[in-house]
Amino acid sequence: MIKKSEPGMTIIVKTITRYTVALILLFGIYIVLHGHLTPGGGFAGGVIVALSFVHIMLAFGKETAIKKMSEKSSGILESLGAILFVTIALLGLTAGYFFFNFITGQKPLETSFFRLFSSGIIPFCNIAICLKVGAGLFGIFLALIFFKKND
Amino acid sequence: MIEYLLCLILFSVGLYCILIKRNLIKIIIGLGIMEYAVNLFFILLGYRSGGQFPILSKDVFAQFIRPDKSGNYIFVDPIPQALILTAIVIGLAVTCLLVAIALRIYEKYGSYDIEDLNKLKG
Amino acid sequence: MLLMPLFVAIPLLGAFLNSLLGKISNRISDFIGNLVPAILVVLSFFSLFTLKSLNFTPIVYKMGGWVPPFGICFVLDGFSILMLITINIIALTATIFSIPYMEKYTDKWKYYTLFLLMLTAMNGAVLTGDMFNLFVWLEIGAISSYALVAFGTEQEELEASFKYAIMSSSASLFILIGIAFLYSYTSTLNMADIGKILLEKPNSTLVGFVSVLFLLGFGLKSALVPFHSWLPDAHPSAPAPISAMLSGVLIKSLGIYALVRVFFNILGVTNTLLNIFVILGIISMVFGGLLALYQKDLKRLLAYSTISQVGYIIFSFGLGTSFGIFAGLFHLINHAVAKALLFLNSGSLVYSTGERDLEKLGGLKEKMQVTAATSLLGSMSVSGVPPLGGFWSKLLIIISALNAKHFLGATIAILMSIITLAYYLKLQKMTFFGILRQQWLNLKEAPILMCISMIFLAGLCLFLGLILLPGVKDVFLEPATKAIENGVEYSRIIFENIP
Repeated sequence: MIKKSEPGMTIIVKTITRYTVALILLFGIYIVLHGHLTPGGGFAGGVIVALSFVHIMLAFGKETAIKKMSEKSSGILESLGAILFVTIALLGLTAGYFFFNFITGQKPLETSFFRLFSSGIIPFCNIAICLKVGAGLFGIFLALIFFKKND
Repeated sequence: MIEYLLCLILFSVGLYCILIKRNLIKIIIGLGIMEYAVNLFFILLGYRSGGQFPILSKDVFAQFIRPDKSGNYIFVDPIPQALILTAIVIGLAVTCLLVAIALRIYEKYGSYDIEDLNKLKG
Repeated sequence: MLLMPLFVAIPLLGAFLNSLLGKISNRISDFIGNLVPAILVVLSFFSLFTLKSLNFTPIVYKMGGWVPPFGICFVLDGFSILMLITINIIALTATIFSIPYMEKYTDKWKYYTLFLLMLTAMNGAVLTGDMFNLFVWLEIGAISSYALVAFGTEQEELEASFKYAIMSSSASLFILIGIAFLYSYTSTLNMADIGKILLEKPNSTLVGFVSVLFLLGFGLKSALVPFHSWLPDAHPSAPAPISAMLSGVLIKSLGIYALVRVFFNILGVTNTLLNIFVILGIISMVFGGLLALYQKDLKRLLAYSTISQVGYIIFSFGLGTSFGIFAGLFHLINHAVAKALLFLNSGSLVYSTGERDLEKLGGLKEKMQVTAATSLLGSMSVSGVPPLGGFWSKLLIIISALNAKHFLGATIAILMSIITLAYYLKLQKMTFFGILRQQWLNLKEAPILMCISMIFLAGLCLFLGLILLPGVKDVFLEPATKAIENGVEYSRIIFENIP
């Protein structure tokens, strides 16, 4: 009998991937959001988010992965992340200095230490960096995999 | 003292790879080894003996930090850790670019050997 | 002063807006890519007038409100403002030139994004007051230039870009080790603070070791002679406006500026170090000049000429007198303008004829008048023919060498000047004068936008000698000389001026 070759890996890997890839994405987002309380932050969390998409590509093949996030959308997300970061920095100019921490602990945004909504602009910067790094790393991976010989 | 000498040996191994090896991919790996050696050296500079990881948090604070003889808490230096994060990202970007260039060199020239890349002379 | 972070924020925003919107059409990326350098030129002149009204004391800007040495600060003094004006003016002419030139390549938006990132890095490197921040801007500029050198993805460009990338990354690693040693001794990263602590607790072994590491690293970025071998491959392979930027301003802002700032203002120069500068400068002059005589490729000849002229600048800084520093800075500006003009001329030749080989061109003076005239002005300015700008700066270098009783250096400078004139005359004769060949009978002049950039730079070449007039000299060159000459007083001045 001639077996038709399927893209991706065996069925055991595919079944387990269906259950765990969403948890990996969630874990990456957890590391990003708690960047000011635990080790990690924007870059490490962004790498884990990119890894979840790479996991789909390894287990299921190139065609499925590109339906989840195409090259165009990864390019747009990457630029949006960088523009968000520079905008947060420029908004600090309104309160005095570039990169100024304009979300201080006074009214009406009262916070206290060691909670999730504390420490000024750092969580927003972390989210912007996560978008840029995640989309950027996956875009690099797509570009290297889909590299065709053109003359 | 011995760990700084080991970092120097690792740096020399990376430099040897860049200078002597003839395959493009091995040169890129040699550059990576050099970067790891420099990052390791910088982080080892920040260690203070008896120190704790430099993170303040509410419940961990009282339990795990051991004060020294005069009653002050000792933390490891956090600045090298932040700087090396930046340096690691820079190293990643350079490696990605070099791998993309190496792929295209293979497509145009037909081999990964640097002895065959000799179009520019004089 | 609120404007300083805008020098970094505006090109960064422009680069990423371009990457988002530029894919739609070429016109939008042209518009963003030209608007940003225009805004920056206006901002830099505005900063010059602000600084002049404060009588050139350095302005310190605290990032995020954190007081240095706990935070990063930006410092604007006389040397920085001179480099800022040069970088932004040449960037504007390069982007105007690339509107018609880059139509021959694909993906124009990628080109403008990388170009604006390189401009961000150059602006940031001359403005910063913190050692690790300098390293980060160095790396950003280097990575975007690796990608720009390999932009056409032909065989030679890829090989040149790979060689350039490996050598420049190794140099950055040496710089990082030097910063690590300095940090472990002084436990701070602020430039003024390092200077202050090195004055209080001097340690000549450490300073000597760190000086060697920095000389290796920054010397490779500014193409001094034992470390020059990436330049003759990388600069010809890039597209012409990028060659103009690389040879004109990238070597000067990421290489020579960082070298001078670290050695003169933070570590303090010793006599040994000045002797090393003089020796490296003389060797660079001789090697670059002699090797340029044999070249048959137009852009490769210009690249070797860059090595020779950078040797002049480093030789002049190494003399150690105030007059020497003045002459070196003046030659830096002259060479930036003239070399950018010459590379843009080679670009217009490649656009019209498609050839870079000197033996195949000839007699193009009747067909391409603007290119021929501006190329003549640029070549004569670099060779040192009066009354163009290059003559005055070479004269000042030779006079300052004689003042410092360095007769060997002055003799070699004069001899190399004659050889420079020789190979530029060879270039002019083989491209523009002589007999017109059969295949070039139907040539047309370059498009109008390219001619505008070339005419503007040629005008600057002609009138740059006027910068030595007493009124103008006090605005541009004297404050820069005084800022470098202050030496290790830099740290005390910065600490007095923190708002």
